[in-house]
Amino acid sequence: MLEITLGHYLILAATIFTIGVVGIFLNRKNIIVILMSIELMLLAVNINLVSFSIYLNDLTGQIFAIFILTVAAAEAAIGLAIIVIYYRNSGTIRVQEINKLKG
Amino acid sequence: MIIHSIFFYIFSLIAIFSSIMVIASRNTVHSVFFLILDFITISCLFIMIGAEFIGMIMLIVYVGAVAVLFLFVVMMLNVSQQKNKWLSGEKNSNHIPVGLLISIVIFFELIIVAGGWKYKPELLKNFYSIGVDLSTTNTHEIGKVLYTDYIHLFQLSGMILLVAMIGAIVLTFRQREGIKRQSYFKQISRERKEGVELTDPKYNEGVKIDA
Repeated sequence: MLEITLGHYLILAATIFTIGVVGIFLNRKNIIVILMSIELMLLAVNINLVSFSIYLNDLTGQIFAIFILTVAAAEAAIGLAIIVIYYRNSGTIRVQEINKLKG
Repeated sequence: MIIHSIFFYIFSLIAIFSSIMVIASRNTVHSVFFLILDFITISCLFIMIGAEFIGMIMLIVYVGAVAVLFLFVVMMLNVSQQKNKWLSGEKNSNHIPVGLLISIVIFFELIIVAGGWKYKPELLKNFYSIGVDLSTTNTHEIGKVLYTDYIHLFQLSGMILLVAMIGAIVLTFRQREGIKRQSYFKQISRERKEGVELTDPKYNEGVKIDA
């Protein structure tokens, strides 16, 4: 219990990942919170990669964590640009009012 | 070691609490602030575990760039007044229990994966690893690997950033009517004889400007 092992970090990452999934499912606000939930999930994946990298004494996990960081930054930029032009065209970014695709 | 464990539990509790507050707070600006707190806490955990380069890069990239970008967009779009109304009885809200069920299933699957890693420790034995030289720093090690073995992936990630930048500019660029813009070609190709005019004014009459 007092010795921090790999399992502790994995459980922490699983918890944060699940909170991100819950945030995507239960969102009744705007899309920006959904993007933030995706960032939370990427963060959980980063925790997994870095903790495996440390506990297995292998640097590959940290390298891939850097690449995930890059992709997360690009995804946030593109997603926010799409949100901005959607707000400019339709005047709202509430999840319930985005129903143009009739899905 | 006790101190390490205590700090781990403190940081994990702060991280889990702030990530819950990201999805549950009523104000979107507060969500962004809790997201920043979450990033800082996780980067503290990374620095504590020994991956200080990733921790610092996370501080720079996430807190310095991504979270500030979120904050800018939230403030520009005027969405902070939209109140949070989930779990408050929408009429067609049957996706909430389904979503909770799927989330619980995902959580227990991840826990089972972590437990399987714990209960089958011989998986760790025959394992190809690059290995970490403990006599140098973490940043030194990452630099030695990143620019040699992973140079193509590194350049590809640079290309991803370039494409994302071009995409964001193209998406948000618009041409409005009635706005005076610079014409670089006209500015550069301007010559002396259009800009300067030599006249020979008569005495006591002066020059008529702006004819």
